[in-house]
Order: sequence, then C-alpha cells, then structure tokens
Amino acid sequence: MRYAMAVDTKKCVGCSDCVVACQTENDVPIGYCRDWIVEVTDGTYPQLELEHRSERCNHCENSPCVRCCPTGASHYSDGGTVMVTKNKCIGCGACIASCPYDARYTHPKGYVDKCTFCIHRVKKGQQPACVAVCPTKCMYFGDLDDPNSEVSKVIKKRKYKTLIPEAGTKPQLYFLI
Amino acid sequence: MGKSRRDFIKISALGAAGIFAGSKFIMAHNHKVIPENLKGPWAMPQDLMRTPTYCEVCFWKCAGWTYKNDEGQIQKIIGHDDDPNSNGRFCPRGTGGVGMYYDEDRLKTPLIRVKGADGKQTFKKASWDEAFDFIQDKLEKVIKTHGPECLALFTHGSGGTYFGNLLKALGSQNITAPSYAQCRGPREVGFIATFGDGLSSPEPTDIRDTRCMVLIGSHIGENMHNGHVQEMSDAIDKGATIITVDPRFSTAASKSKFWLPIKPSTDLALLMAWMHVLIYEERYDKKYVEQYTFGFEQLKAHVKHMTPEWAYGITTIKPQVIRETAREMSYASPATIIHPGRHVTWYGDDTQRLRAVAILNALLGSWGRRGGFYIPDKAKVPGVPHPPYPKPRKTWRDAMGGKYELADLALANGVCDATVPSATMDCNIKAWIVNGTNLIETLPNRPNTLAAINALDLMVVVDTMPMEITGYADVVLPECTYLERYDSLRITQHREPTISLRMPAMKPKYDSKPAWWMAKNLAERLGKGDYFPFDSIEEELDFQLKKVGTSLEEMQRIGVKKMERAYDDLYYKDGEEVEFNTNTGKIELYSTSLEEYGFDPMPKFTAHPEPPAGYYRLIYGRAPMHTFSRTANNPNLTDLMDENTVWVNPKVAKEWGLENNQEVYLQNQDNVVSTFPIKVRVTERIRWDSVYMVHGFGHANKKLSRAFGRGASDTEMITNVMTDPIMGGTGMRGNFVTFRFNKA
Repeated sequence: MRYAMAVDTKKCVGCSDCVVACQTENDVPIGYCRDWIVEVTDGTYPQLELEHRSERCNHCENSPCVRCCPTGASHYSDGGTVMVTKNKCIGCGACIASCPYDARYTHPKGYVDKCTFCIHRVKKGQQPACVAVCPTKCMYFGDLDDPNSEVSKVIKKRKYKTLIPEAGTKPQLYFLI
Repeated sequence: MGKSRRDFIKISALGAAGIFAGSKFIMAHNHKVIPENLKGPWAMPQDLMRTPTYCEVCFWKCAGWTYKNDEGQIQKIIGHDDDPNSNGRFCPRGTGGVGMYYDEDRLKTPLIRVKGADGKQTFKKASWDEAFDFIQDKLEKVIKTHGPECLALFTHGSGGTYFGNLLKALGSQNITAPSYAQCRGPREVGFIATFGDGLSSPEPTDIRDTRCMVLIGSHIGENMHNGHVQEMSDAIDKGATIITVDPRFSTAASKSKFWLPIKPSTDLALLMAWMHVLIYEERYDKKYVEQYTFGFEQLKAHVKHMTPEWAYGITTIKPQVIRETAREMSYASPATIIHPGRHVTWYGDDTQRLRAVAILNALLGSWGRRGGFYIPDKAKVPGVPHPPYPKPRKTWRDAMGGKYELADLALANGVCDATVPSATMDCNIKAWIVNGTNLIETLPNRPNTLAAINALDLMVVVDTMPMEITGYADVVLPECTYLERYDSLRITQHREPTISLRMPAMKPKYDSKPAWWMAKNLAERLGKGDYFPFDSIEEELDFQLKKVGTSLEEMQRIGVKKMERAYDDLYYKDGEEVEFNTNTGKIELYSTSLEEYGFDPMPKFTAHPEPPAGYYRLIYGRAPMHTFSRTANNPNLTDLMDENTVWVNPKVAKEWGLENNQEVYLQNQDNVVSTFPIKVRVTERIRWDSVYMVHGFGHANKKLSRAFGRGASDTEMITNVMTDPIMGGTGMRGNFVTFRFNKA
C-alpha cells in the first residue's frame, strides 16, 4: 500500500479551504498550519499564467526527516505515510531543518507536527479533511498500489510534476498540470 | 464630527461617572422580558454531537452540520450532503464559521449611548429590559410625532425576516438591504425587463452542464459562491470553454481559454459587438429567437454599426478575438452562459449592461435550456399567520420624486437619502434598525451616510460584532451567532427544492440573544404581539414544518429535506409554448417597459470618465476567505488573510518607485485620504490604468482587535457615485486613486 495525493492545479482556485478544514479537523492552533496555498504568477501583462497549489507534507518515500530524527519519533507508518510520535519527539527541530518542503512546525505544546494525510479519517473509510472539503474537488487521495484508486487513475491520465524532485526524496504529493 | 449629536463611540464599558440617560424610562414600563427557550419537546439537545445549521457567513446559506468535540465545544462545521447549495462541501468562510462563535471581540451585552457630565458620549452596559425600554420609548415618540412610515430597516441576514415583520406590523415598508442597490439590483431589473423574471439566489445558471461560460468581471473562485465554484470546476473537467473579461488577471481568468483584458468601463461596447457578430454572421439561435423573442429586427438595425472594429477602439480587445469568442459561444449554444455576475453596480448604466447580457443569452437561446439557465424551483412553505399589515401612507419612494420606479426592491441609498434633511425631498425617516449590515463599509459616499445617521432620532444596531456602525448607534443589541440560535427555515431556489433547518449547537455566549426573540419582545411592547403569534421560534418552525409533512423533531435529525418540484422539467421542452412575464409575453430584445418609462429600449454604449494623469481606476473585489467586512475579525479567517493589499502593475510601481509590501496611503479624486496605509503588491495581474484591492478591510473600530487598521477601506475611497437612472443602483467604479507616502 502506498498512500499518495494528487492536486489538480488546473482546478485549484487557492481559496485556502483545505487550510482551515485541516485546522478545525486536527485542532491545529490558529497561527499554524499543516497545509498551505502557493500562488505563482508567470509572464507579463497580458501574457500571463497563474498556478495555485495546495501544499503539505509530501510523505516522501526517502524522507530526510525520518533519517535525521534522533529519537525515532519521525517514522514511516501505514501506507508509507510519514508520522511523528508526539511523546517520543523532543522538539529538537532537526526534521524541520531537513525538510526541503518546509512542511513541519513546532506545536506550542513542544512537539513537531505536520500533515498525517488524516489517517484517523482514512482508517474510517473517509477522505482526508482537505480532500473532502475542497469546493473545486481538485484533490485526489488514495493508494497508488491499487490501479483502480482515483489517485492512480488521475496520475495515469494526466501530466504531473512533483516538487523539488532533485532532492531525491521521492515525494508522494503530485501536482497535475 | 465635532458638533455632531452622534459621536462615533468605540464600544466600551462606561466608567461609573456616566449618567444613564435611559434610566428615566425604566420606570415607565412593566413589561417582562419573554423567556427565551421553552422547556419541553424542543429543549435544546445539548448532548447531540452533530446539529444541523445553514451558514450565515454569506448569502449563499449552505446547509451543514455543526460538530462538537468530546468536551462539548464546537469543533468544526461540515457541509450537508443533501444540500444543493454546497453538495456537502463548505467554502473556507463556512468552514471557518466556528471563528464567529469563538471571537472574543463579540458584542456581549446591550449598550445604550449616554452623555457624561463632561459632554463625552459613551456606551453604558444595559440589561435587555433597559435596552427594550429605551427603544420602546423612542419608537413610540417617533411614531406619534412623525408616523410609523418614518421607520426604516436595513438588513442583511436572517434577522431581516423578524424585524421586517415588526416594521410592517407598525406600518412601514422601508425595508432594505444593501445587497440590492449596492450589488445585484441592476441585474434583476435588466433580466426582468428582458425575460420577465429576475435571477434571485443562487442564480439558476446551469454551469454543471455548460459548454461555454462567459464571465464579465465576475471572479468566481475569488467570490466563493459555493455551488457556482463547484460547478465551474466540474465544467472545466468536462472541457468547457471559459471566457473571462476582466482588466485583472483573476483566478477565473487563469482557468480560462480566453482572457480578454478589457479597458475598464467599456464592457457594454464588447457586449454590443458580440451581438453584432452573432446576428450578422447568423450565428444566433434562429428558431428560439423567432419563437420566443420580440424586437429582433429593431435589435439587428440597432447593432448594425457596432462592429468588432468599432468596439476595438473602445475596449482595446482585438476584432478577431471578439469574433472568435462570439463564435465559441455560438458553437456551444444553447449550452452557453453569459454569466450575469452578482455585484454589478459599476458605472451607473448597469441595468443596460445587464440588459445586454440578457439579450446575448436570448440570442444564444440559453434561457431555459440545458447548460444555459435552468428553471429553478422553490419549496412552498406556508408563512406564519398574522393580521393584515397596515398600508403605509408613504414610503421612501415618495422622497424620490418619481425616480427609480423600476426598482423592484427598496434602495438602501434611497432610504438613506430619504433620511438626510433636504429642501427638495419629502423626507421623514427618523429611526433606523440596522441588522447585520455594517452600513459604514457597505454604502458608498460615507459623508452622506453619516449625515443621514446624524439626522436620526433613533438608531438601533443589531449585530454580533462591534462593527463600525455600532459606534453610531443609540442602542446596540448583541445578537448571538448562527451557531447559537434557531432561525426561519432556509427556503431557496435550486434545481431541486429543499428546506433546511438551523438550530443552535450551543447556548448563546455572554448576554447575546437571537433576533427573533428581540423582534418579538419589541412587538409585544409596541402592541403588535399578534404579528408574532407563537411563544417561541421552535413552535413557529414546528407549525410551518407540519404543514409540509415534516416536523421540527424530524428536521433536527435530518437537517435538509428535499421536496417535489412543481414544474417537472428543468428546461423548456423543444418548441414548448412559453408565456414570458413581459408586456409582449415574449423575451424582449426591445424592451417595451423601459421605453414606456422613457429609457433606451435597447442598450447603448456611453463612454465613462477616465482617470486623470497620475490616478488609477479603483477596482475592488472579493477574496475567497472573507465575506465583505463582516469576517475581517474572525480568528480562523484572519489567519488565512489578515489585510488587503493594493495591486499595482510593475510599470506603475516603477514610475512611483513602489516596492512590494511598502505602505502607502490612497487619495481619491475628491481628496479623501485613506485612514490607514495599505501595503503595495506589485503584480502583473492588474492593468496599468487601474489598481485593485479586496473589499472589507481597513476597519476603524479598535474593538475589532484583529481587524483594526489592517489594510485600507475601498468604501472610504468611493465618494463618486454614478447612480443608475433606471433603478437607482449606486455605480462605484468611477473612483480614481493616487498614492501618498504620508498622510498629512
């Protein structure tokens, strides 16, 4: 099993609904976030392009954060997700420094926190909160090892990119372009 | 404001030195405040983890569920799967609606304006009894001296139903919402003149099945009109062509096959040229036009010279692009939507521009057709029984000297104008109730709004937050949020009619109360209790629900109930006989009613003033995470966006030496300087002759701790109003701003 997410940049309007839905679902304190929106404008008026991306932890197959964690708090879990065990985390910040995507933050309670792909929901057969709320339905989540999953199908059908592939992290967050 | 009777008061509790001006009235009345919650069958199910609601953060009113955590606190709000407005997916504002409940800056108790010994005006905390006594006394005096017609209600939100009922019971029809003359009014009038029907809300655009959609300045995706955003995304998935006309490279423009970066204020010329192409290239829907429309030959003659080449000189859009886009619309027709937009009060000829939009839809045969406009339906739910309303001797219209007769709803600016003392107008409005609308940030021409407020004997403001308008009130009534109250059923039009229930998830925080209860109490005190025949809103709702085969108990469980459509088809059947509600019974390409009232029966382009050298046209719009000025302090939503910026084209920035994040003040053509500075955003996404800012920021009330002084207010810069002669809408896009590096 290999959980992954695809975000369709042709549909995302950058509304930040995914951000606030994640905050309320996961009790992320105001002022912090596990996912965020990036807006990139390219060109000169009126020849312009604009891309919106909903970004979060890439749940990398080759995760620098897991490798550098001195306590084993950061680890691989079900479906290749990257997780943090709160009570093993000493808040040293090595993982934050190692993540090329800046996907982690230190929770005011002292541990490092980040996207979990809403595994608590996924285990109940639900979609992650960001995917479930998105008004443009621009996000797809599922098992890449299952050729019939939505995410497998959409990645097969569409052109996509990943972020900072040169870091060699094998990210599992795909952007449809 | 030095000499004004009504100084702006920052909501604050008063020290002991204040004299409570209202105290003398308290003795006069013996009314008991009506208890708020009945014990009994509908006692609030505090144990429920999930309660139904519909959202109050914007007018789309999506239905959803409020979820509580293990501690019994509100955790999240999630869309209702059976709700056609949201399809189970809330927008960021609806998801962040929890912040309305938790906002610690909320209004907490009733407040009454008092004057201290030093002449300083402040608010004194009051009990509900004291506040009602004060209002009752003032209202009775106003009614006795000036008549009940001199009362007016401004409203945006659910409370309008109850305060509206109160006003009508007292004998006033001055009930108005800025969502009409400051927003969608010209669209309604333009479509009524053409099809005999307005659009209402949610607009019945069949975006889901469209093959071509044209947006004229409408920025779906930045305006989070939830269902439309969702359906546009579906349409993009299915390969629909999107054509966006906007001087700004909006989010929608970035999703479009064609972006037409039009010169601002010239849209009407483009629309007329499109008509020319459709007609003279014979690309219109001939059968539809022949069967359903009136005035085709007149229109054909009218647009003969309005060629793409003519429009090019006006709009800066190349003739071949105008032709190509018109052909795209035609290929897809009738599954083509020229989207009517929503906020359309721009240049004062807005009814005519929206007429042109309606005519284009008629030429393409899209009205009543799949992928164009569907025929909406709405549940029929009996109202609350009440005695007949007295007929007022006059209304705000009598102050207008016969103007704006085609306005199908009251004009907020009309009521405001009818309040300002004037030698020429028959003015008499003396008391306002303002419910859930921050008129200071909503109405253009702020000096005029303040002059009207200053002429009042009484202003009661009902709100959840200390918005600027509360600072001018005589009495402030703190309403509880939508998560803490019942309200009237949501009965909105859609493909499938539904009814939705809002019920409280929590007890009201602080000493806040629901608007229904406030209006009922005031009605009882003013001898109009008959108009509120039920002891509680729960009883009222149950009465209505039982008439349509359900009950409050059932609705508490299911939240949304689907009803049967009265008209079985979403679209006209092929060749079906249709009688339109116009003078001719046809779709009027040539409007006989506009002609009757002395207006152009067909739209004509007129040039509008352009910015002088060194000034830029002020264009404003929405951000997806905010609703007007009302969410600017919401902790969850300010976390997503806490200030606006002024978008400046890099060429302009270079000329002025402006850099990203540099703070500047804006100054308009009337030398009004913004109260607060605003950060510059240098971006290619805006034309060089315009600047853009998101509406609703630059709050001046310090009690809005997260919003105070963040960004600048576009409304403050809108002092030039171009009034629509047909329906009185306030055109607001004729204001020009320049940059100042310091305030003085």
